[in-house]
This record gives sequence, C-alpha cells and structure tokens, in this order.
Amino acid sequence: MPTRRLVLAFFLPPSLTPDAVKYDRRYRALDKYRFVAWFTLLPLAFYLLLVAWPFVQAFYYSMTDWSGYGTEFNFIGIDNYVRLWNDSQFWEATRNSLFLLVFAPVITLALGLFFAYMLNAGGRHRRNETVSGVFGSKFYKIVYFFPQVLSVAIIAVIWARAFSPRSGVVNPLLENVGLGALTQNDWLGKYGLWVTLLVLCWSFVGFYVVLFSASMGSIPKEIYEASLLDGANRSTTFFRITFPLTWDAIRTGWIYMGIQALDAFAIVSIMIPRQGIDVLPTFLYLKAFRDGQAAYATAVGVVLFVITLTFALLMMRVGRRDRIEF
Amino acid sequence: MSTTDTADRAEDGELRPERPGPAEPRPSGGRVTEEGGVLNVFAHSFLVLWTVMAAAPLLWIAVSAFKTSAEVLSDPFGFPSGLHWANFANAWAEANIGRYALNSLIILSGSLTGTMLLGSMAAYVIARYTFRGNRALHLLFIGGLMFPIFLALVPLFFMLQNLGLLNTRPGLILVYIAYSLPFTIFFLTAFFRTLPSGVHEAAIVDGASHTRTFWQIMMPMAKPGLISIGIFNFLGQWNQFVLPRVLNVGSRDDYVLPQGLAALMVQMGYEGDWGALYAGLTIAMLPVLVVYVTFQRQVQAGLTAGALK
Repeated sequence: MPTRRLVLAFFLPPSLTPDAVKYDRRYRALDKYRFVAWFTLLPLAFYLLLVAWPFVQAFYYSMTDWSGYGTEFNFIGIDNYVRLWNDSQFWEATRNSLFLLVFAPVITLALGLFFAYMLNAGGRHRRNETVSGVFGSKFYKIVYFFPQVLSVAIIAVIWARAFSPRSGVVNPLLENVGLGALTQNDWLGKYGLWVTLLVLCWSFVGFYVVLFSASMGSIPKEIYEASLLDGANRSTTFFRITFPLTWDAIRTGWIYMGIQALDAFAIVSIMIPRQGIDVLPTFLYLKAFRDGQAAYATAVGVVLFVITLTFALLMMRVGRRDRIEF
Repeated sequence: MSTTDTADRAEDGELRPERPGPAEPRPSGGRVTEEGGVLNVFAHSFLVLWTVMAAAPLLWIAVSAFKTSAEVLSDPFGFPSGLHWANFANAWAEANIGRYALNSLIILSGSLTGTMLLGSMAAYVIARYTFRGNRALHLLFIGGLMFPIFLALVPLFFMLQNLGLLNTRPGLILVYIAYSLPFTIFFLTAFFRTLPSGVHEAAIVDGASHTRTFWQIMMPMAKPGLISIGIFNFLGQWNQFVLPRVLNVGSRDDYVLPQGLAALMVQMGYEGDWGALYAGLTIAMLPVLVVYVTFQRQVQAGLTAGALK
C-alpha cells in the first residue's frame, strides 16, 4: 500500500475512503488523527484568526504611531508608554479602575457571603437539623439573581435614570427618609465613581449569593453537628467552618469580580455624562474610536492586560492553601 | 421529654452518659433556639432589605412605563394616574425596540449554534483523544480567558474592516463565536472528561465511526453540560454590549437590543419622552425575567457553572 493513498485518505470522509486503505494496518491511527484534525480545524481557525491574532497584533501596534486611518505607520518603540506615563487623563482613568478593582470585590463578596450564610444557616433551629436555611430562601435567591440575567446596558440605563436629579428616584427617596441634605444636583457627574461602584456591586451580589449558597450547601452537615456539640456559636461556626470550607469559591469569585471591576465599560459609558469619570476601558475606547489614536489606545490595552494578569496571579498566590476534601 | 423514643435516648446516652434522666432533645438546645430566634429576625430583615434593593429599581421602571411624560417629571416616585399604554406603542413603533430585538435574535441564532457546535467539537477531541499537542491545544484555548477583550478591540476592528465584515451580521456572529469559544471549551472539556469511557469504547468496538460516536453517543450523554453552557452563552451573547458597540456601528437599524436601549436613552433625553424609554426597558426586561423565573434552577446553575469548576 503506497503511503500516498493513505495521505489522500486523510482528506476524505470515512464513507468515501477506498476499502483498500481501510484494510491497511495503519488505517486505525489514520482514522483517529483524521477525526482529530477535522474536528479541531474550524474552532482553531476561528480562534486563531479572531482572538489570538488580534491579541498578538495589539502588542505590536502599541509600539507604533498608527492613527487607525490609512495603512502607514512607523515603529516608535516605547514612545506610547512614555506618553501614557505623562498623560494625566490616563492616570485618572487608572486610579478609577484600581479603585473599583479594590473595593468592588470586597463589598460584593462580603455582602454575597453574608446573605448566603443567612440563607443557608440563618434559619430557626428545627429539632433534627443542625443548620437550617431561612424560610423562603429559594425566593430570595431568585430575586437577588435578577440583575445577573439582565443586560448590563439595561442596568446602566435604569440606574442613570434613578440618579437623575429631577426625574430620578434617589433624590426624592433621600428627602422622604429625612436625608434631604444629601440630595445632589449632579450625582453622575460629581460622584460618578461611587455610583459606578454601587451599580457594579448591586448587579453582582446575587450572583455570589447563588454561588456561595451552592458551595455552602455542599459542606456536610456532620461538620456543623460536631461543632455545635463542641459548643460553637454561629459566628464561630461561620469563621471556623463555613468560611474556610467555601474559601475556594471565594477566591475564584474574587478574581472573577476583579476582572468585572476592571471592565465596567458599559456602566461608565452609558451612565456617566461625558464630563464625568473615565475608567481604563472607556479611555481606551475614546482614544481609539473618537480621537483616532489607535496605537496609543492599544498601549492602554496592554496596560489593562498587565493589571489584570498581576491581579489574577497575586490573588492565586495569596489565597493559596491546601484544598480541603470532603 | 417523655416522648423521646428509644433511638433518641440511645443517642443522648452516648453523648452524656452522666445524665441518664429525661433530657432535652439536644445539648443546650434552649440557648441555641433562642439565639436562632433572634438571628432569624435579624437575618430576615436584611434579606428582605436586599430583596427590595434588587427588585425595586426594576419595579420602578415597570410602573413608570405607564406614566405620562408630565408625571415622570413631576412625580417620579409616585404611581401613575392611569395606565398610559401609549408609551408601549411608542417604544415598539417609533423607538424600534422590536427591530433591535429581531436583530439580536437573528445574530444569536447563528452565533449560539456556531458556538455550541464548534465548542463541543473541540472540547470533545481535547477531552477524549490522546494525540501530540493535545495539552498545548487545550492551553491555547484556555489562554484566551486571561486576556481582557479590550486589548483586542482595536486590531479586531481593523481586521473586520479589511475583511469587509465590519457592521455586518456575519461579522458579529463570527466574533461572538470566536470570543465564546475559550470558556465554552474550558467548561465542556472538563465535562466530557467526567463522562464514563465504557460507553464510548463499546461504540467503537461495535464499529461506530468517530463522528457517529460523537453525535449519537457522547452528545446525548453530555446534555446537562451542554444546557448549562448553552444558557451561559445565550445570556452572554444576548446581553453583549462591548462588541456591538465597537463592531456594529453602521446604521442604527442594525443595532442589537442593548445598543438600541443605550441609544434610546440618549434620544429620549433630547425628546423628553421618558415614558417611552421606560416602556422600552420593560419590553426588553420582561421576556428575559419570565424565562429566567421559569427555568431559574437551570439558569442559576448555568451562570455560576464556570466559577464552580
């Protein structure tokens, strides 16, 4: 059997493969590799062309002076990064993004953990249960999860309207509860960063309640029983048992929330008026698609990538501990 | 506690041999119950508070959708004087909500099918076949999860422009598929690996081809995983904002739903017709929420699936 025919068979579907080839002792291997190659070809092509290649290009473009119009540009080394270093707008956007990166995960995860623990162990003790969820915990989880299924664009529009000084609800609400002194004429312009933080946390708390609930639900009841027999109260139970045993989920959640906080593109670009704050993604967007500074914008992208990577690696190192199997 | 049955007493006896008499059902049960009661009230008040926090903004939008524009401005907090259905008609006809939703549906029908098909094909091969470069291939796909999408936006924009795919539906579909692949493959590879290998081997022994094994044996077995990741991708692509914001900026008639709503807010800001905006938001929210509440268990599982793996 000439090898040429085997090679040819590689490009034929099994039904069209000549019998002579099928009886070759090398056909089994060929059949397998043919399948592997054909099945990975299309996904790989999509991925390489539309995901991997743009990422690689981005690093190169960030070292050119390309405007985005036309095809002519020069290699200028690290000039874009030097320019970023001296760009106060860039530093402000970075500060805002880092602010969100620090506070959004802390607040969201703390609230998520609190509510999840309340749902799973906050209930009245019944006779034969050591820990019991509160009544209606399923209902709470359904409602808390609402923001997660809505588009972030819808969420941003809703909150932009809620914080509107004249036709929104935040100002009247403050007046109704006797905090009229706190009302603002320009929430989104003056306190854009805080409102962004609020909206980010608001939309993700439900996700973490569900996530942590699942994680807490998988902790065996015997562990709770044992601690109760030893006289542990609820806060001890939480810090000594629930928290360590959900740590894996918390750490993963922390990284995920950090990445979400570094995004915030839709919230800021829809909700915040133009004279308000920028975060790194919105700054990048404006540089690339408004100011015609494509190369400069990709340099911002590289910075964003470095921050994301540093954050993720840091969290993975800091939070590592022996996995507890149960 | 005279009604304690034998099993209970045996347990109690084991725990506190020094007190053989009538005992409480569990050690220091009274104290725990009391604490439980206090905590229960405390827990419930916070839980109810967040329920209001989570649902009130959405309810406010839905209620305000029935107000006249004058009512929106004069009394944003109150109830509408009557059911002002005209807002919904305006949102549907003039503000094009129906058209945006249709655009989203058309794009999703292509992108979701493509994502699931290509994702499961690659994941299956990576999970179940040993070949040179298997690990490298897996890492290559998963590596895409580490990069923020913003890094690729500029090159991607100009690549689509050069290919003539900018501001077109096929372009958006292809991009959606490509950017959904890393997570889909990550998730499904883990899922295919958990499936028993016996059935697969039996099919091969019986002479089924690799393709046939995939379609008729492995895909049906992977159904729970496919549903989870399918929901995840559906909501992710349906709600996608960044990609269309950059890659679909041609005619306003081609906007997808999230884009359309964002544009509608700007437009209604000029026209002062907030009622129509609220109606548009309600129309956009309602189907998603209804589907979510109906399938809430699957949806919650689907969206949190990635973080649990």
